[in-house]
Amino acid sequence: MRPQMMKIFENMRADNALTVQNAKDNGFKVVGMFCAFSPQELVLAAGALPVSLCGTRQEPIPAAEKTLPRNLCPLIKSSFGFAVTDTCPYFRASDFVIAETTCDGKKKMFELLAQYKPLHVMHLPQGTDRSGALQWWLEEMNLLKERLEEHLEVTINQEDLRAAIKLSNRERQALKNLLEVNRLDPAPLTGMDMLTAIWVRGFNVDKEEGIGLIEQLTEEIRNIAGQGISPFAKGTPRILLTGCPVGTGCEKVVRLLEECGGSVVCYENCTGIKTLEYLVDEDEQRDPMEAIAERYLQIPCSCISPNPGRLELISKLVADYQVDGVVDLSWQACHTYIVEGELVRRHVRDNCGVPYIQLETDYSTSDIEQLKTRISAFIEMLNGS
Amino acid sequence: MYTVGIDVGSVTTKGVLLNGRDWRHVIRPTGCSPRQAGLEAFEELLGQAGLVRDDISCVIGTGYGRISIPFIDKAITEITCHARGAHHLLEGADMVVDIGGQDSKVILTDGRGNVVNFAMNDKCAAGTGRFLEVIAAALGADVSELADLARGAEPVQISSMCTVFAESEVISLLAQGVDRGRIIAGIHRSVASRVAAMAERLGKGGLILFTGGVAKNDGVREFLARELGRETLVVPESQLAGALGAALLAREKPVRKER
Ligand code: SF4
Ligand code: SF4
Repeated sequence: MRPQMMKIFENMRADNALTVQNAKDNGFKVVGMFCAFSPQELVLAAGALPVSLCGTRQEPIPAAEKTLPRNLCPLIKSSFGFAVTDTCPYFRASDFVIAETTCDGKKKMFELLAQYKPLHVMHLPQGTDRSGALQWWLEEMNLLKERLEEHLEVTINQEDLRAAIKLSNRERQALKNLLEVNRLDPAPLTGMDMLTAIWVRGFNVDKEEGIGLIEQLTEEIRNIAGQGISPFAKGTPRILLTGCPVGTGCEKVVRLLEECGGSVVCYENCTGIKTLEYLVDEDEQRDPMEAIAERYLQIPCSCISPNPGRLELISKLVADYQVDGVVDLSWQACHTYIVEGELVRRHVRDNCGVPYIQLETDYSTSDIEQLKTRISAFIEMLNGS
Repeated sequence: MYTVGIDVGSVTTKGVLLNGRDWRHVIRPTGCSPRQAGLEAFEELLGQAGLVRDDISCVIGTGYGRISIPFIDKAITEITCHARGAHHLLEGADMVVDIGGQDSKVILTDGRGNVVNFAMNDKCAAGTGRFLEVIAAALGADVSELADLARGAEPVQISSMCTVFAESEVISLLAQGVDRGRIIAGIHRSVASRVAAMAERLGKGGLILFTGGVAKNDGVREFLARELGRETLVVPESQLAGALGAALLAREKPVRKER
């Protein structure tokens, strides 16, 4: 039984495009963000609406390839393509854009993107294991705060920051609760539906309303699960998806995994747990800027070197979600994730005791058959053991 | 109990009919219709044995064309089928290296026919039969002669992995007057090392069964064995590993599609 609430989530990206436009007409400012390192608390505290600009669709890629090399990650090309073709309502609505120096392709793309929108690039430290890293990142936060204040003509005060921290933490907790329904075996929600539900948070204009909807969905799923209903048969191999971000439009690997007989029970990538696991410290005695900086620096992304947090998180999730196999999705030409894949492979082999496969692909449909063979063989292997 | 495995590959379609310890097979070109080739292979098997569809407990389809054959009870990937078939063909084999016309794959098994890990190259022609064909043509030879032409020759270094660049590299080596046998040996080594690199990442295998169209080329086999430092064998029926594995799996886990 598919939750009724899913209907609402399916249409949210389109519906909210209108809401954003209305909000703009009523004087609200919109701030676009590309990555999980963008601190939405600062945007909320500035009274603006944070939206996600991460490109997850194939359509604008040919246009992007007129400027960018073909041999570049599809996420970068899609994000850039949306901007140059002016086909993303959220990019169009953005008054200001926050970007980060994550991977090389992205940070250089941002230099080109700066022609289209007022944009600020935060400088991320290379790693977190140096004494100055947090201080550096805190200064970057402060600089972003100044830029936002300048551009949006507001002042961001401590009180607003604390309220934004609480709101964002509640949103994270609600999403995490939603993801955790799939700890049940068999999982009550398909990986495809889970992706649809968690992806739209980036387009949730009214955070309070969004949190309410997520809570309702979670409640509905718990009821369904309580009746012992699941879209999967008992024994369906349970998959943990890790690696590059996935969103609506580039969900082909998730779809194939489930079509070929698997159940995607958890997303470790920054579409999922990676960004929800860590909350900002709400301690009123602390400087909120420092608490925010500290939390964002915990995100175990492959752009951070070294990145042991990802391995620890994978181990934890394999146990918590009773995972049978780990699928590491790498977008083509994403060097950080592709290279880190070798470390993940060894870690999963030596510490988790479950099979691992790395899949490298892009947003197009040209390799569907080859992917299907790999994925089916992987599922057959999980079923055999 | 009769079971059938049909392996629809990109170049040839193989069928195996299994009954107890006995099995018979057919091989035919896939041509432009995988569906037709699969059906014909099946009917030929039935005809030879004087059986009808209802006598067969389970038919499993495999190979890239497995999705286009409607009469099967179930489709299983060539990875799983190859592993199972290899176990039957070569007792003790725990790795299968398959180099076909369009792709190559390495499968690590538990030594009892179950897949433990695998890797595939289906994106590029390097390290496939196609690569050998292109180079053979550039050298004015037939693929089937390559092994003999290269026998005993010291391989030259071929630096290009890409088929197109390797072809021009070969032409310029010929122009420099380098011996044809040495060039072919170099090409054999290049295919072998490409596939060996894939195998190394999967972990140690003990005994390797080499299958696929390229397994007929003893030059490639020798380099493969040398690169991997392990015994690498070819058996006469190795081309049938996929179809045989499918028939074996059909017997072990029979399913019947409603029709
Ligand atoms: S994977 Fe890393 S760089 Fe990419 S969006 Fe997520 S956090 Fe940002
Ligand atoms: S998927 Fe990889 S290459 Fe693409 S933007 Fe993210 S980190 Fe960069």
